[in-house]
Amino acid sequence: MNVSTARKGLPVWVLPAIGAGIVAFAALSDLRLALVLGVWFGAWAVNATLATRGVGQGVRIVVPVIFGATLLGLWELVVRSYEVSAIILPAPSAIWAQILASTDTLWPDFRQTILKGALAGYIIGCGAAFLTALAVDRSGFLQRGLLPVGNFIAALPIVGTAPILVMWFGFDWQSKAAVVVAMVFFPMLVNSVQGLKASDQMQRDLMHTYAASYWQSLLKLRLPTALPFIFNGLKICTTLALIGAIVAEFFGSPIVGMGFRIKISMGRLAMDMVWAQIAVAALAGSGFYGLVALIERWLTFWHPSQRR
Amino acid sequence: MSDTATPAMYGPKGAARWLGTASSAVLPIMAVVAAIVAIWYGGSVMMNRAWTLDQAERRGLDLTVSEIIADTLNQDRPILPTPLQVFDELWATTAGEPLMRERRGEMQGNPRSLFFHAYHTLAPTLMGFVFGGFMGVLLAVGIVHSRAMDMSVMPWAIASQTIPILAIAPIIVVVVSNIPALNAAVDNGIISEAMKLLIPKSLISSYLSFFPVVVGMVAGLRSPNAMDMDLMRTYSASDAQTFWKLRLPASVPYLFTSLKVSIAAALVGTIVAELPTGARFGLGARLLTGSYYGQTIQIWSALFMAAICAAALVMALGAIERLTLRRMGVRS
Repeated sequence: MNVSTARKGLPVWVLPAIGAGIVAFAALSDLRLALVLGVWFGAWAVNATLATRGVGQGVRIVVPVIFGATLLGLWELVVRSYEVSAIILPAPSAIWAQILASTDTLWPDFRQTILKGALAGYIIGCGAAFLTALAVDRSGFLQRGLLPVGNFIAALPIVGTAPILVMWFGFDWQSKAAVVVAMVFFPMLVNSVQGLKASDQMQRDLMHTYAASYWQSLLKLRLPTALPFIFNGLKICTTLALIGAIVAEFFGSPIVGMGFRIKISMGRLAMDMVWAQIAVAALAGSGFYGLVALIERWLTFWHPSQRR
Repeated sequence: MSDTATPAMYGPKGAARWLGTASSAVLPIMAVVAAIVAIWYGGSVMMNRAWTLDQAERRGLDLTVSEIIADTLNQDRPILPTPLQVFDELWATTAGEPLMRERRGEMQGNPRSLFFHAYHTLAPTLMGFVFGGFMGVLLAVGIVHSRAMDMSVMPWAIASQTIPILAIAPIIVVVVSNIPALNAAVDNGIISEAMKLLIPKSLISSYLSFFPVVVGMVAGLRSPNAMDMDLMRTYSASDAQTFWKLRLPASVPYLFTSLKVSIAAALVGTIVAELPTGARFGLGARLLTGSYYGQTIQIWSALFMAAICAAALVMALGAIERLTLRRMGVRS
């Protein structure tokens, strides 16, 4: 934590002056560039002031929102002022218009890929990994045998199993769920096992002096201390689940689904549709992650990382 | 494993203990691997049986159990090839094929060799890894030193990872191939055409690999405790001095841990990037053609090659980590 306040050195006006100088210099050659730089420096100045002077909860939300809005605004500005072709990069407003215009394509795709493929696989995979972690935790032999193998497999490119699993489970969402299970299983397993070991010896001894049974100490001590690790795994797996479900559709799918739509839209150079799908995927991914993070905060409110 | 095996290797007693811990560490792993292989063979027999029985019925043959098993383990396009078949294919496409071959009077890479495809995947992986790692370190340094950057960039860095990369892969290919400056550079001979083709793949792999480095390095650069930071203050050290003499050395173990995650992610990124972009060479392209033509053995061998590459990259980083930490005087 860097708490050094009131650093000596640069006076307050130097950085804004440099920024203004760069903008003025850019204006000599290209007005559009000056506009882009001006917006960027202006928004950054607002953020820097807010971040150093601002207090309270609001700043933590306002600053990233301003940053994101600035990026979107600059994107729109660049596309409009430089007249970038819609095939290379459509403006955010055009993508939004496409989303609104094609909700009756986007919704079935979303349901097929996210709600059926990714979510089913996520629940089965994470559930199975957690149960395996309990078994591994009980058996020292499995711990010494399965864990190194699991650590090794977790580092491998498991997406590569997608063509095999599509061949085995058919083109529909079951094969996508299978790919997701394969992808999330080992990261979740490694995190859960690590979490189940997180309680310290003193606490376990205390449970022992209480003559607590295995299940009592599991439910009252080891599971709660494992929760931060388990949620870490769950959060990593949200992203993996989405990637797995979309990747698997490239190896064969029914005529619905986000990966399928991206593939055929690319072929027709319908880039606004591709971008609309990406926007939906990004929103779904962030929402999924946010939901898990919210549940985490609700369940592990006692953990130091959640204190504020 | 190695942490338990390193201490006290002097004298026969130490050696015996070392052997003892090594075998107690290796035995369970061997058992698990053996179990996986056994399950795999069982799966091969079960999954390929339908085809064998179907073929026999068409010819009006009655097969004994041993004949059925023998046939299920030796099919050309099995649903699940056996480990031996995969190994044979791996051997035939690596050791059994020359690396280069002559085509139209020129020596070119041989697309039948799996090393050739591994090279086409590894080159963008390494390029993306270096670029992504560099960007990750830069971002982490900015985040640690500027509160504004911490608050505005960090949430978006997390959000960026929730976007499924496969979705952006085709777009990056289109955008990169249309950047005027890049095309001019190719025309002027500053970068070669082959380099330009590497760029989209490596951008996607750096998109996946920068994030673990950011997270790890932010934690690492903040890892010096209050006492150390206070000491630097009593020396009246500048921010730059504190960075070079305290924060950076303290962050090295964190850096290597995150680099190992990051290089595995970079490889996944490259393989995934090869799927929608119509790549002809590379392990991902090999997976795709294998799945189009139902060549299961080819898919499995490409998968194993990818796994071998991932393991080799992570192990190489582990070796560099040990050397670096030893030079820095860190005792493991």
